[in-house]
Amino acid sequence: MNASARANEWLTAVTWRRLLRDRPIVPLMGLLAILVLVIELADPGIVSPEWTGVIVRASVPLAILAGCQTLTMLTGGIDLSVAAIGSMAGFVTATLVHSPGGVAEGIIVALAAAALAGLLTGIGVGVFRVHPLIMTLGMSFVVLGLSNVWQLQMVQTGAGVPDSLRWIGSSTLAQVVPYNLLVFIPLTLLILLGLRRTGYGRLLYAIGDNPVAARLSGTRAWQVLIVLYVISAVMAAIAGLLISGLTNTASVSLVDTSLLPAVAAAVIGGTSILGGRGGFGGTIVGALILTVLTALLTVLGLPEPTRQVVFGSIIVVVAAAYTRVTSES
Amino acid sequence: MSAVTAPVGAPPANPARTVMSWAQRSSWAIGLVGLLAILLVFTKIIQPSYGVAGIQGLGISILPLGFAAVAQAVVVIAGGIDLSIGSMMALTSVIAATLMDGQSAEFGLAVVAGVLVLGLVLGAINGALVVVTRVPDIVVTLAMSFVWAGFALLVRAAPGGAASPWLMNLVIGPFGNPWIPKAAIVLVIVVAVIWIPIARSRMGLSLYAVGSNQLAAFRSGVPIGRTKIVAYALTGLFAAVGGLALTASTSIGTPVPGPYTLESVAAVVLGGVSLAGGRGGVFGPVVAVMVLQIIQNDMTFLSFDPNFALVAQGVILIGVLILGSVLESRRARR
Amino acid sequence: MTATATGLLLEATDVSKTYGAVVALKAASLAVRPGEVHALMGANGAGKSTLVKILTGAVHPDSGRIAVRGRERTVHSPGEARRGGLVSVYQEPSLIPDLDIRANLRLTDTPLEPFRHWLTQLGIENLDLSSMARRLPLATLRIVDLARALAIEPDVLMLDEMTAALPANLTQRVLEAVASHRGGDRSIIFISHRLIEIASVCDRATVLREGETVGVVDVTPGSEERIIELMLGQIAGEMPAVAGRTAAHRASVTTPRISVRGLASGTKLQDVSFELHPGEVLGVVALEGQGQDELFDILAGSQRPSSGELLVDGSAASFRHPADAIRAGLVYVAADRAEALLMQRSVRENIALPFTTRVRRWGLIDLRAERETVDAAVSRLQIDARAGNEVRRLSGGNQQKVTIARWVAGGVRTMLCFDPTRGIDIRTKQQIYLLLRDLAEAGAAVLLYTSELKEVQLVCDRAIVIFGGRVVEEISGTDADEATLLRAAYHLRSDAAMPEAVAAETVAAETVAAETVAPRASDAANGPGAEAAPPEQADPETSR
Repeated sequence: MNASARANEWLTAVTWRRLLRDRPIVPLMGLLAILVLVIELADPGIVSPEWTGVIVRASVPLAILAGCQTLTMLTGGIDLSVAAIGSMAGFVTATLVHSPGGVAEGIIVALAAAALAGLLTGIGVGVFRVHPLIMTLGMSFVVLGLSNVWQLQMVQTGAGVPDSLRWIGSSTLAQVVPYNLLVFIPLTLLILLGLRRTGYGRLLYAIGDNPVAARLSGTRAWQVLIVLYVISAVMAAIAGLLISGLTNTASVSLVDTSLLPAVAAAVIGGTSILGGRGGFGGTIVGALILTVLTALLTVLGLPEPTRQVVFGSIIVVVAAAYTRVTSES
Repeated sequence: MSAVTAPVGAPPANPARTVMSWAQRSSWAIGLVGLLAILLVFTKIIQPSYGVAGIQGLGISILPLGFAAVAQAVVVIAGGIDLSIGSMMALTSVIAATLMDGQSAEFGLAVVAGVLVLGLVLGAINGALVVVTRVPDIVVTLAMSFVWAGFALLVRAAPGGAASPWLMNLVIGPFGNPWIPKAAIVLVIVVAVIWIPIARSRMGLSLYAVGSNQLAAFRSGVPIGRTKIVAYALTGLFAAVGGLALTASTSIGTPVPGPYTLESVAAVVLGGVSLAGGRGGVFGPVVAVMVLQIIQNDMTFLSFDPNFALVAQGVILIGVLILGSVLESRRARR
Repeated sequence: MTATATGLLLEATDVSKTYGAVVALKAASLAVRPGEVHALMGANGAGKSTLVKILTGAVHPDSGRIAVRGRERTVHSPGEARRGGLVSVYQEPSLIPDLDIRANLRLTDTPLEPFRHWLTQLGIENLDLSSMARRLPLATLRIVDLARALAIEPDVLMLDEMTAALPANLTQRVLEAVASHRGGDRSIIFISHRLIEIASVCDRATVLREGETVGVVDVTPGSEERIIELMLGQIAGEMPAVAGRTAAHRASVTTPRISVRGLASGTKLQDVSFELHPGEVLGVVALEGQGQDELFDILAGSQRPSSGELLVDGSAASFRHPADAIRAGLVYVAADRAEALLMQRSVRENIALPFTTRVRRWGLIDLRAERETVDAAVSRLQIDARAGNEVRRLSGGNQQKVTIARWVAGGVRTMLCFDPTRGIDIRTKQQIYLLLRDLAEAGAAVLLYTSELKEVQLVCDRAIVIFGGRVVEEISGTDADEATLLRAAYHLRSDAAMPEAVAAETVAAETVAAETVAPRASDAANGPGAEAAPPEQADPETSR
């Protein structure tokens, strides 16, 4: 009847579809804004610079862990070893705090151990074609077991989260700007630049989008994958160090509770677990959304269990929406 | 519906050949059983006092993971994966323990039946979401693991409740001969009673068909979506049995999911079920669970740090897959 | 003219189907009478397989009517079609690789006794029903698949290239079984590339060309010519000849860019030798499945030959990975764009992909230089990149141009084109021909396999014809008209007046020579159970 109105309506639907498909970060920012608005309505006055600082501080380690998932998911993989590796890193650093080399030695040992674990994972996935889910799962068993052994060996020397880690993990500038941004901002720039402007980043997308095409174009996927899992493991270690500093604890299961939210943040951020689609920008927003959502549910007085139910439901709904808008029909 | 013609007039099956073919097909499971036997002997050698108590402990300790492994095996055979098994176990476990607490045996029986139905429903929801949303199964079941675990915590914030005494008696203690733990009997019987009729039916064939080659299954007239939902529902059912086993063996309900999801994936792979779907059975994973548990015990007896057992589990898992991949590529080259 | 009046068993009218930008069927019609064997003919990509999939409910048509025994019906799934008496035996056996034969029979409710009967009829006596489908050779699987279909006595049985992978003795059995199954009410739709088989078992033939039914022929001695004419269509001057060919004389004086000697692989590629010189476009002409896929895979580094030699610029080469072939200057343009493109990525990333594959190019990309190179390639191929941030939204023709631009951008020495114009529009085809000529003029060597025989005369300096895994003829570009090529490809003598019996003998002899080697188990593994999903699996077919 009213052709132009119908066309208009259709246009809007298509535009939304396109927006969600091509620039998912825009609707995600909108969702984040709505959540912040709702939390302000629920508890007037809560949103303040200090509150923002707390949210950002909590989001940073989650975003890094989600970054591990983003990078691996771009190639069609996943990294379930980040929890074990992150915990291990925080734990090793804490136990080496009284060693001659001090904190620096601890961090170097932790990062090196993480890189080694990532290297082995990468060889398994890249060379032996073990499914990433299983390979990283197996690696997490190995790392967790060795961490436990390390724990028993080191228990007599005494341990503690080093002050420097506590500072960078939990302190803020003027009660607002968390110092963990000192780690996060350079890392983010590196990842964003890496994904958009380097040959390596292109290959991550290529392998995930179409491994056959990548191969026919001359890509040797094993090289890319080995490097990828080393990067992911080192990022997991960095996140683990920050979490250990934030919570002032060091335990072999410290990061475990962040594993599933990390995957969730990447999925919400628009990265497809099937590979070839997504990016770190969306993931950061995804991590912020999850953190704000947690805060909102706390403000609303909803208990932790309800939060989990809401979390899970949101992931399914968002993933289904992405699947709908990105599938060719 | 299953007007399957009996092999009337078919040449009598050569029993030797049938046995050979069965053995060939089950070579992985037979190898695992052999490994299990060797490990038991080895355990007796390194720990001469290993005996009735050890076996009974083994029986109880493998029960929940055994069911989790079977649950995972069913869905993996059908070409999927379910990362919410641990959460479903936690949910069914707390519901059972909470409802049974201080109630009569008859009521307890009703609770068991109700919980099993609940398991089917939880699984069917997982399956329906996978089929309808077309979101990868890993993502859906990962998300649902939050949901089910959340519900578990809503039922009980802390471990508690109680199991009906008869339920505990069902799994704890020896079965006649002190060497035979009831738990092992329960595990085998329950799995056999549920799985064997299904595996023999058209539905069982469909599960394998969908996991093996979806296109060929579709062309053979298998309803893909419905079969997948059934697979997830069965997984939910076995997870519910696992949850009941958890309650029975610990006498309480625990709302926090144990490590069962990820360990079930490990057991399934070690048990000879192909992650690509279509290959393997449910008993291989059960044996794999036993093997993993004995290795853990042995390491304790050898006064290794028990944590090395975890390392060993990871190394075995990766090693088996790498071995499989090497063999596969060598076969392809020939 | 209702179907009931004509007493047709199956009637499909004006069926159409498009996949994204590719038109698989435009207006296909097919009328099958009760009790006949009806051939469905057409060149590669004419839409035969799509039509069969539609008739068995595996694919849903965009439009058109299907009537069985005069009653119109929509078939929603293969299961439903099967219950309605429409059964197809596909090119890839649809047995479940991880189930044994007995279980496969149960899955499809196939009665055992008739199955055994047909199996014996088809020449397989001692099949162990408890053997896993994945362990059986491909030829056996196809026979089992056929016996399974025959056992349920379908009204309409569709055989899609049933004899393609069979040794000669089994082929004979299949034809006999087809002949004996016909009659009464039961009909067979028979798809084959082998005219001799059509002549021996079929009553009538429907010919498809570019997704349209162009004629129905009564199969009688001598009707092959009519069928070929229909398959060819108008030999129209619709396409202007491309640039003149000057390369021929150059060929003799240079070292060949590629020299292939006695290349063999698996059961399909038997013994192929040829030379490809700089400055020439060499055509490869073959029916489906004559070994050309393997030949191109070997040259592109995706597969290793089981024997034979490959020389690049005069020195021996062995490729373990496509990267090796690319380094040696051999670049590959695939027919299947789903195999070549990153569908969710931009035109630019797709074209620039080969630039960054080597480890020392993993660093920062010089975006300006990249843009210049990519833009140059885009404009040279006249790619319409307006929807360029996701390649899958481009038209088929533009997609194909992107796969070519990827290599043109880096400078081509040797280009291997495998049916690059499959399913794309005429304008784009012409642009591609011109480009290939240009590349050759500039000194590149081009190997072009094409299923569109018209192209050969337009583009190629000369052409080799492969049949049964061997080069059976070499034809110079000027002589390579479509009719000559088609006869050569069917391995018929080029003089049309050849008596039928002689032709039959020739083909039969060739068939035996080419195919007596039973397919090995590895072929079976590559068939139904392949990890690499068949391209078809991406079809909407499997979605629920």
